[in-house]
This record gives sequence, C-alpha cells and structure tokens, in this order.
Amino acid sequence: MADFVFYLFAFLTVLAAAGVVVNRNAVNAAMCLLLSFVGMAALFVLLEAYFLALLQVLVYAGAVVVLFLFIIMLFDVQGGDPRKPYRKMAAASGLVALALLVIGVLSLAHHGPPANPDPALLAGPLPAGASLKSFGYLLFTTYLLPMQVTGFLLLVAMLGVTVLSRKFDAGEGTP
Amino acid sequence: MSAFALILAAGQLPAEAGLNHYLFISALLFAIGFFGVLLRRNTLVIYMCLELMLNASTLAAVAFSRFNGTMDGNVFVFFIITVAAAEVAVGLAIIVALFRLRRTVQVEELTALKN
Repeated sequence: MADFVFYLFAFLTVLAAAGVVVNRNAVNAAMCLLLSFVGMAALFVLLEAYFLALLQVLVYAGAVVVLFLFIIMLFDVQGGDPRKPYRKMAAASGLVALALLVIGVLSLAHHGPPANPDPALLAGPLPAGASLKSFGYLLFTTYLLPMQVTGFLLLVAMLGVTVLSRKFDAGEGTP
Repeated sequence: MSAFALILAAGQLPAEAGLNHYLFISALLFAIGFFGVLLRRNTLVIYMCLELMLNASTLAAVAFSRFNGTMDGNVFVFFIITVAAAEVAVGLAIIVALFRLRRTVQVEELTALKN
C-alpha cells in the first residue's frame, strides 16, 4: 500500500517537473511547478515529516508559485519561448551535464548505501505528536542561533526587495 | 503471504520504499531542474527550475533524516525552506528590475557582460 502511494506520488512529482521544463508557456510551467511541489509534500508525508509537508504546501505551493504567477502577469510576455535551434555551446554543455549525471548515479549505485539495509539499523517511526514537539525543542535549543540568523536574513531580504523594486530615475544614477 | 500476515500482525505498513528510492527520485528531480536551467531561455522559467533543484535536495535531506531516525535533517530543511522563500523574493525583484531596464526576459538578449 505504502509502496503504491510512493510510486504514485513520485511519478506525479517527476512528471510535473518534466512539464516545467517542457512547457513553452510560462503560466503552464508555473502550474506544473505547483503540481510538483504538492507531490513533493505528499512524499514528505510518506517520510513522516508532516510539519515539513505543511510548510511545503504553505510556502512553496502557496507563496512562491503565486509570486511567480504575479511576475508573469506583470510582464505580460506574449508567446513564450521562441522556437530557435540550440547553439553548439548549449548542446555541448547539455551533453557534458548528462555525462556528469550518469557518472553520479553510477557512483551512487556502486558506493551508495546498501539497497536493503539492516532492519535493525532502521529507526522506528517517530510518534506523530512528538515530532512537532521535538521540532520546536530543537529550534529553541540546538538551533537557536541559526534560527535567529534566519530571521535576520528575512529582514535583510525584505529590505533588499524594497530597495530593488524602488522606482528610480535615469538621471539619479544606479540605486 | 506469511510475511504479509506477519507484518499485518505487527500492525505496521508493508515494506515501504527504501532510502535508495527516495534518493533516486531526488536525483531525477535535480537532473530535470538542471536541464531546465541549461536549456530554457526564459529567465523566469530558469528560476523555476532552480527552485525545482533546491526542492529535490530537500527531499534527499528529509529522506536521510527519516532513515537515520533523527530530527536534525528536518530542521535543516526548515531552514532551507525559509532561505528559499527569501531568495525567491530577492531574485524575482532582480528579474523585475532587469525587465524594467531591458524590456526582455530572454537570456540570449541579456548579453551586456559579453565582450
């Protein structure tokens, strides 16, 4: 049962991700991205990371994709990608990237973790209620400093976006 | 069939997909995003593919965390999601500024740094 659900959502996620790359229309690509993020949230649920699945839907599927759609709407780009042949450089870089990826997967298959790990090593399922509790506990003890730095980063990002999207005159020079 | 009955008796789900399955899906998603970055010409779509790659790496982190039985990987992914949200906001602001200046989002027309 769990196997079937895993394959279902993995297939959905990968298919939607391929849709992002293949679609020439930017709005369709954003919709495929949304589907891929939701499939990823389902995979998180299968991995018993319920809080992260919730966060994935809220932040990625909710905020990020909507932001993308807003920008696409703002640009109002007609047509999408032009059908032009790829240049030699792009084709060569694609081939090199494919070779690197194949080598990476092969090395993972040879030196990666065993396909059937010792069941004694596999940790038991985390209790559902304790997961969120231990999340908060870790955030406020071990990872207190990273959390504060992340909060500061959010502030910096907010200020940066405000400065970047400010309307500036040509005579004023670079902002 | 007896193994199935045994698992049912233990009150657990049948053998789930292992760590390698999740790592493979993660690698596949990363590869798809990578090719999107290489082959697409619209800056916005390239940025979407970057998000896809970031998301694939978080899947690997969550899978490792789950199969190690610790919460640390989950906390890392929490930070990654936060940073990614900030990054998307700043990146899209840069793309909007670029579009205002150059009136295009196609990477082949943005060659100001080319000599």
